[in-house]
Amino acid sequence: MNPFIEIITQPDNIAIVIMIIMVTFFTLWAFQQAFDNDKLIAAGKPVDGENEGLVDTFKPLVRIELIIALVVMVFLTFWSIVVDAPLEEIANPTLTPNPAKAPWYFLGLQELLVYFDPWLAGVVLPTLIIVGLIAIPYIDINPRGNGYYSFEERKFAIVTFSFGFFILWLLLIVIGVFFRGPGWLWYWPWQEWDHSRVVFEPTRDLSNVIGIDSRSLPGFIIGAIVVNGYLVAGMVAPYRYLKKKMPDFLKQFGMIRYLVTTFLFITMMSIPVKMVLWLVFHIKYIWITPWFNV
Amino acid sequence: MNNQTDIKERIRKNLIWKSIFRRDYRNTVRDRAQAVFGNIFLHLHPVQVREGAVRLRFTWGMGGITFFAFIILVITGVVLMFYYHPSIEQAYSDIKDLEFQVPFGVILRNLHRWGAHFMVIVVMIHMFRVFMTGSYKAPRQFNWGIGVILLVLTFLLSFTGYLTPWDQLGFWAITVGTNMGAATPLLGYQGPFSEFLHITPFNDVRFALLGGSRVAGNALLRAYIWHCVAIPLVSVILMFVHFWRVRKDGGISKPQK
Ligand code: HEM
Repeated sequence: MNPFIEIITQPDNIAIVIMIIMVTFFTLWAFQQAFDNDKLIAAGKPVDGENEGLVDTFKPLVRIELIIALVVMVFLTFWSIVVDAPLEEIANPTLTPNPAKAPWYFLGLQELLVYFDPWLAGVVLPTLIIVGLIAIPYIDINPRGNGYYSFEERKFAIVTFSFGFFILWLLLIVIGVFFRGPGWLWYWPWQEWDHSRVVFEPTRDLSNVIGIDSRSLPGFIIGAIVVNGYLVAGMVAPYRYLKKKMPDFLKQFGMIRYLVTTFLFITMMSIPVKMVLWLVFHIKYIWITPWFNV
Repeated sequence: MNNQTDIKERIRKNLIWKSIFRRDYRNTVRDRAQAVFGNIFLHLHPVQVREGAVRLRFTWGMGGITFFAFIILVITGVVLMFYYHPSIEQAYSDIKDLEFQVPFGVILRNLHRWGAHFMVIVVMIHMFRVFMTGSYKAPRQFNWGIGVILLVLTFLLSFTGYLTPWDQLGFWAITVGTNMGAATPLLGYQGPFSEFLHITPFNDVRFALLGGSRVAGNALLRAYIWHCVAIPLVSVILMFVHFWRVRKDGGISKPQK
């Protein structure tokens, strides 16, 4: 069979196809409504739902809930009749599959293992994702865009969240499911997997680029300066920009909120930064220390 | 016609019927309200809701669909438990039995498996909709936080369930996943700084997750108990806090300008 058809019709991967379809549909719907509301706001008209009244729960709401429940039930039943859940061979600790993949919703994190050591990719970053999500309502103090779809009124929030949600979460999942083969090497979905393929990619660390051993003291110092410099610059530069352009906002925002926001933001941006360093420049580590590598 | 109303009337006047429904329903304002707060399930809802709650384009019903997916998983999961032993001697063959021996066993297992995938998908879309409508803003900040925890619990529910068939897929997915525990700073034996706490493969986070230093019988039992008891319990409690807060925060959010 065509490997592309084969990979997207694997029973567990059908879920990913369904996810892609559903996410695409709801994303278009959300942005469509956001742009519609933006136009209404620009024209000084009330947004969708602003002048809405109340309806009885019984029966209009109960009826629609029942209908949705039925539709979901029919959909899942149909899915369960058409596709059988796979059951592989019995667990065998001596037979490691290649690649050994985590469940699909964690493949974004597994993909990060290409770019970060496990303590970062598997522990620190997931923790910061959770903390960062919970922090959103406390750091987004923009009162507009509350209770309706909109884009113009909260561009920064939507662009940042969308980058995290679509690129860093969903796209990496799709890559992990469809584009990663043996040895976690890149395979196009229509390519046959080749278990004997080895790719020799010369790796180096940042300070090697300028001819300094990354495991030496000077290499350590350079790494420390770059990593900490990134953090400090990432937190100072926006401050200076805001101070100049939006001083009132900065005052209202407050120092603690500013520090938390920029820290979370530059941590998130460190993911694409490290991806580029690795994919484009083949740089593995920026900072090597006796205890951990970044 | 006359006969029909007569029968209806007689059923309604019947002792058993009256004991169940307590009162007549006459489609008056009072009775419509009574129908909601007189019913333990319906009274999750207020008596009246925003029109937006009924027209699908605002919420897409996604939170409700997530909850419904969860209910399906609880029901199919309980039935699956009748056929399953969490031991490495029996787990795999129990799943095989489901396939070949148990009436409707295949459908049962499929519903549970695809329902789980479905719940993970819809909970992410629910979060996306809440974000896009700015519904996490005051006064709903706290409920967004509860939601994030529910999102994580949904992932963990699915993850712990992965191991239970004791097949290669689950075994290695859990091996990959729990190896991350070994990388925890300070508390995992491969994590940074753990040497200062004298952490070994036999006392670190991974060991606690697996009940051992590798994925074996204890890990299966732990996954099973997390999956069937502990995480569902916490999830249900948090879901009810979540629903309670949706109401206390003023119902589904509406444009505030
Ligand atoms: C097991 C998971 C979850 C269940 C069963 C659930 C259920 C619900 C339900 C039924 C509603 C009513 C409105 C609607 O259907 O959209 C709701 C609203 C809400 N949910 Fe969730 N939810 C879950 C996870 C989450 C997550 C992951 C988040 C965000 C991170 C979240 C944040 C919220 C917020 C802020 C509201 C209020 C929205 C508004 O007023 O418009 N929930 N949830």
